[in-house]
Amino acid sequence: MKTVTLTLTNPPELMLEGQNITPDNFAGKKAAEIATLDVWEGKQKSPLGKYFTVEGDGGATAEETKIVLRGDCTRVKRIGQQMTAGEIVIEGNADMYIGGWMKGGKIHVKGNVDSFCGIGMEGGELVVDGDAGHHLGSSPRGEWRGMQGGVIRVAGNAGNDTATFINGGTIVIGGDADIHISTHGEGGTVIVKGNAKGRVGGQMVKGDIYVFGEIENPLPGFQMVGEVEQEVDGEKGRFAHYIGDLGERHPVSKGKPVYANLYTRI
Amino acid sequence: MSELLIKNGFVFDPLRGIKGDRMDIGVKDGKIVEPGTLSSPKTIDAAGMTVMAGGVDVHSHVVGPKVNVGRLFRPEDKLFKSPHKSPTCSRMEMGCSVPSTFKTGYDYARMGYVFVNEAAMPPLHSPHVHEEIRDTPIIDNAAMPVFGNNWFTLEYLKNNEIENNAAYTAWLLRATRGFGIKVVNPGGSEAWGWGLNCVNIHDPVPYFDITPAEIVKGLIETNEYLGLPHSVHLHCNNLGNPGNYTDTLESLKLAEGYTPKNEFGREQVLHLTHLQFHSYGGDSWGNFESRAKDVMDYVNAHDNLTVDMGQVTLDETTTMTADGPFEHHLCSLNHLKWANTDVELETAAGVVPYIYSPNVKVCTIQWAVGLELALYSKDMMRTFITTDHPNAGPFTRYPQVIAWLMSRAARDETMKTFKWLERTIDATSIDGIDRELTLYEIAQMTRAGPAKALGVCNTYGGLAPGMDADIAVYALNPENMPSNPAEIEKAFARCAWLVKDGIVTVRDGEIVAEPAKRTVWVDVKVPENAQVQRDIYEHFLRHYSVKLDNYSLFEEHLHNPRVIEVDTTE
Repeated sequence: MKTVTLTLTNPPELMLEGQNITPDNFAGKKAAEIATLDVWEGKQKSPLGKYFTVEGDGGATAEETKIVLRGDCTRVKRIGQQMTAGEIVIEGNADMYIGGWMKGGKIHVKGNVDSFCGIGMEGGELVVDGDAGHHLGSSPRGEWRGMQGGVIRVAGNAGNDTATFINGGTIVIGGDADIHISTHGEGGTVIVKGNAKGRVGGQMVKGDIYVFGEIENPLPGFQMVGEVEQEVDGEKGRFAHYIGDLGERHPVSKGKPVYANLYTRI
Repeated sequence: MSELLIKNGFVFDPLRGIKGDRMDIGVKDGKIVEPGTLSSPKTIDAAGMTVMAGGVDVHSHVVGPKVNVGRLFRPEDKLFKSPHKSPTCSRMEMGCSVPSTFKTGYDYARMGYVFVNEAAMPPLHSPHVHEEIRDTPIIDNAAMPVFGNNWFTLEYLKNNEIENNAAYTAWLLRATRGFGIKVVNPGGSEAWGWGLNCVNIHDPVPYFDITPAEIVKGLIETNEYLGLPHSVHLHCNNLGNPGNYTDTLESLKLAEGYTPKNEFGREQVLHLTHLQFHSYGGDSWGNFESRAKDVMDYVNAHDNLTVDMGQVTLDETTTMTADGPFEHHLCSLNHLKWANTDVELETAAGVVPYIYSPNVKVCTIQWAVGLELALYSKDMMRTFITTDHPNAGPFTRYPQVIAWLMSRAARDETMKTFKWLERTIDATSIDGIDRELTLYEIAQMTRAGPAKALGVCNTYGGLAPGMDADIAVYALNPENMPSNPAEIEKAFARCAWLVKDGIVTVRDGEIVAEPAKRTVWVDVKVPENAQVQRDIYEHFLRHYSVKLDNYSLFEEHLHNPRVIEVDTTE
């Protein structure tokens, strides 16, 4: 695997749209060619090299390409958008849409990320050591086909509207989550290791949610049906099992309606 | 004084019966002229290419409030699907199944179209319709106000007051700068206000106690009383349901005994739109089947009818119609998002996204039904290509529809992708049809026929001297047609040249100029009718939430009008 190191030496005045910073776009290119790729600051298009120094060449394919971003990327958006393979390591913070619509590969952010990270995700892995903003692993605006697959791990807290319209894949939040988790969900798993604020699983049809801590305002559409012993993300525990959202339409499988499951640790 | 000469092309002009003759077409000051009268024209070399009049779309939802609702509630329709900005266009382009106004104009022009008839204008919202017409570049637009659920119309027709209904119709056409009489699910959209529907043509409308059959017949009589350019344009009852072909045949039979009275060359008294949605057999989705042949046998035998296809293109699209109850029904089938509205006293509307998937049996049968309708037709001057944009598919798929109609191989290629191919073949007769349409027939279905049915064939749809110089040149050689149907599709998707009003607008599929577009509307003079004036005043006083003075379109909303005048007082 070959490593391309981007160092932000000339920070943008506005947010930088960095959707070209992916292993797919860097593969097969020399450092000098990578520096000519387009990025947008507001509506103005500039070469990547205007903001970043580029060291190292891309690998032959996306799979063989690793990108390391140094410097303060708090205002760089869309890194790893639509990537299919390879690896990205962001040494500090990053802005919105990191790993949006990603299909494969791995992104590791050592700081915090802003909203809309991992939206429309189909595969791959997004790991955030800090906090995430709103709409983590959610569906893009208007879209009813949300996260399809892959894994998102956030060590810290997440904002609101996590996993809206989730269809598949797993999201693990190490800290607390704000309101709205798996709204309209039709599959997939969300694990919140801290507390959740409320509206957990609203209009959810299918899929699983685990909350290790407390739900401050649980929804009345969920009904407790029993207790279960389960291992969740490597931790064994006893959970209260709820089904819901009972106010919603539910598909029928083998003559029985399918419900979404909500588990809270006892 | 701009002069153009389009030289040596193979010309297809069904209005004059010209079938691919090698001819020159002269253009002077925006009109077509005899080539001999030109002094020093610029020349377009069309040798080895097909020359037709600019395309005319008889039925498409491109402007107005429900189209805009579709744009607003489907942001995902734009994501990663928009080409942003072409270097040769002045405005950005967005959207796929519900494109922005700008993209609508550009994409129609790229396909060689110059006239698009907006299929449903809610009268109360006509200012919005006209604002979007202004913002749709290049193509000329007309818009048909909807009458089939209008309280005035229902009351007049209930009492069989054709003369009064005609006076009201003339008033509303002027108030909305409308083009003709559109009828959507007659009575049914009004019944939707009670949470009901009119499921067949004898099912009475609640409160008004008039049947859809009476509404349609009354409106045909009104239309011929006034002598409008276009006929009644009907989206009939019970759209989209298994077994609805009997309702469709009954609706078509309502036109029996009526003959067209007009001065515009129109020969039909009823246009039945998106016929594909109305030609189904069976009594459930399980035994859903095509009844295209039964319907087309009737249409073929009756000269006072025209139809358009409403071809399903197997895309993800956005359905939108003034048939409010149908959209609710559709939403309960696919569980996607739903928008719904009531337009006071006049109509309703709904919007629901829909995915026509090659993996779903009903969708692939629908695909076959649309093509069967065209392939069973014996008169292509009365059968038009549409996708009921965007209901059965986006208009940008017309080139694909043309390829399916012109090539059995193209149909076979698509059928190979069907998950339920055997069942589709069993439920339809598409596999037994070898007919391949000719370029002449395509010219009939996409320009000459629609122009004649709309009553505008003195200006659009043909290449006779004196007509508008709207000319499309396609890179197709009729003497050496490509064996690969994808080449046919490509040629119709991006025309080699489009001349609009004598101005070269498209070259090699790219927009190179944006000539002024027009709004076409019909101004009918009727004798003064005190009763109708009083009825209008009373309804606005008692029922409308707007004042009469604020209702009619203000002049500044009307963009570059072209008025078709009809005088019934003489």
